[in-house]
Amino acid sequence: MTHTENSQVQSPRSILDARPEHSADSPVSVHAMTVAYNRKPVLWDVDYDAPSNALVAIVGPNGAGKSTLIKACLGLIPRASGTVEFWGKPYKQSRSLIGYVPQRESVDWDFPVSALDVVCMGRYRKIGWCRPVTKSHKRAALEALARVGMEDFATRQISQLSGGQQQRVFLARALTQEADLYFMDEPFAGVDASTERAIIEVLRELRANGKTVIVVHHDLQSVPEYFDHVLLLNMRVVAAGPVSEVFTAENLQKTYGGRLTLLAEAAEAVARAAKGT
Amino acid sequence: MIPQSIQTFLSLDLFPLLAALFAAISCGLLGNFLVLRKQSLMGDAISHAVLPGLVAAFLITQSRSPGMMFIGAAISALITVVLVEVIKRLGKVEPGAAMGVVFSVLFALGVFLLENAAARSVDLDADCVLHGNLQTLFWISPPDQWSNLFSAESYSDVPRQVWTLAGTTLGVTLFVSLFFKELKIASFDAGIATVQGINAGFMHMLLMTFVAIAAVASFEAVGSILVIAMFICPAATARMLTDRLKSQIFVSIIVAALTAIVGYAIASWVEVNAAGMIASASGVFLVIAIVSSPRHGVIAKTLNQRQLGNKVALEDVLGALYRISESDSQANLEQLIASTGADSRSRKALSKAQSLGLVNVHNGILSLSKVGESRAASIIRRHRLWEGYLVEQAGLSPDHVHETAEQLEHFVDVPDQSLSKTHTDPHGKPIPPR
Repeated sequence: MTHTENSQVQSPRSILDARPEHSADSPVSVHAMTVAYNRKPVLWDVDYDAPSNALVAIVGPNGAGKSTLIKACLGLIPRASGTVEFWGKPYKQSRSLIGYVPQRESVDWDFPVSALDVVCMGRYRKIGWCRPVTKSHKRAALEALARVGMEDFATRQISQLSGGQQQRVFLARALTQEADLYFMDEPFAGVDASTERAIIEVLRELRANGKTVIVVHHDLQSVPEYFDHVLLLNMRVVAAGPVSEVFTAENLQKTYGGRLTLLAEAAEAVARAAKGT
Repeated sequence: MIPQSIQTFLSLDLFPLLAALFAAISCGLLGNFLVLRKQSLMGDAISHAVLPGLVAAFLITQSRSPGMMFIGAAISALITVVLVEVIKRLGKVEPGAAMGVVFSVLFALGVFLLENAAARSVDLDADCVLHGNLQTLFWISPPDQWSNLFSAESYSDVPRQVWTLAGTTLGVTLFVSLFFKELKIASFDAGIATVQGINAGFMHMLLMTFVAIAAVASFEAVGSILVIAMFICPAATARMLTDRLKSQIFVSIIVAALTAIVGYAIASWVEVNAAGMIASASGVFLVIAIVSSPRHGVIAKTLNQRQLGNKVALEDVLGALYRISESDSQANLEQLIASTGADSRSRKALSKAQSLGLVNVHNGILSLSKVGESRAASIIRRHRLWEGYLVEQAGLSPDHVHETAEQLEHFVDVPDQSLSKTHTDPHGKPIPPR
């Protein structure tokens, strides 16, 4: 487990004190963001500074607003209030540096495209409007497929891939974008063991290259093993910071309050984390 | 001198045929994206909803000038698109319902306006909206000399609809080829499209604008029925035949063109309404594709399933014989039937096994050959490993696992390799070595 320099524990109190000062070094700073669906808030006054060069898990119960947080940062859904900055600049000026892996279920996998076609989509911004996908872009896409161990499946139609393979194609598409900050929405959901290993290897490779990856994660058990930082979310930020400091039984109880089965799971995860450090 | 028969064709059939071709191709091209976005009904909605726009344009300007008509139709097409979006978002209904509501209400409004207009004794024809007026697209004075084919003068009386449709087809083709990549990503994954700087909402409105243009330009000549058919059938047919968007688009153009030509030819042969016949032909093509497509078709799927069924039956026969031989008894046909069931499929499987040399029959006694035995052993091995896995890993009780293992043994290996060292299944039966 690696730790980055600017690892400070954020509790709601300290965030309030810190406002509105956010670090321009942070790949993404969320300030006082509220998001509502049909006027019902799903995210309340979220403040968060992501550390640079780290693997960050967003953890929280169903309906905590984890995906919503990512989508609102990327401008895919409107914010009711608040600001989001990337390296101190608005989204529009830093778009090319930000990659996104949506949930696998968000698309129609019967769509008539090959795995390579999907990966090429990660380069559309580089290619530009109305220009065709050239050979060099296809080569880059193939390299990305190779990084996730999928080069042999490049010409397969995407419905003929297994769930894990589809997830790897999505990951390859994000890789080929050559971004500095990645948002990934449940990349480990419903994948096989070998895909999980392949994904975590890629995540570590990204970190080794100085990138930041923010991952919506549902498996509490693997948080201490996979991630440096964690953001505990349940409509508001419960706690955020290095896993070793923030991923505590107390904080998890605040996050999952009352959900007994999850609490048991959380307790076990904390015990394992304690053993690891 | 151009022969009389060709002159007749030029004068009576060329322009209707061209109009049908252009309409089919421009609607068919755009239909690809409607079908992929599961928004095929949008073509339907727009082509019905232009009616009130036409009548309103007429009532307001008191003229039947094509320009005014076109503008009226285009405005109501765009209103349709916007209304559908609004109702989808605010009305909390599924997209299909939103389209259905909008076009039926607008069409009804159109009929109401039309009857009001008719009451004031003006001639607007409701039938025309449904099946167009292809038969009126004459070439009044087609060239009578070959050399005149190349003089601009001969084309001075080409019907306006043909020019409009030719322009629309050109525009739609340019749109789809220029924005192919953008249409693809926006249809496949709106979120990623937006992150890549291609605003999916903008692409949607752009596509809908072209759908509206194609619908309005086509329906005057070919009627709304053909427009709806062309937005759906060629693309759906092509979807059955290919697995790549680019080839799907090319195939859909070919299908659209073929439909128009074949439909028109049949219509002039049996003398029925050409637009109706072309629409019917497009339906027939779609049915043919659904039935006989090499990969997704009904026939291919049935054949695959039968093959699979035969394989399962064969493996079940081998497994049954293996189990009987395990109990040290000799198998005859009755015993086999008692354990596999007496359907014709296992009888066929048995004779197949015989012809493959997997099973020997001697004086009514069935026995596995050497090859047959090793194949049977590997099936039984999988079955018993699965039983062990289901008991140990999935927590099922031993008397619940046979049926599931019976299914799984034909398709997949046990995922957990650590089990491969066990020697007996949950019922204490030996697991054959690999």
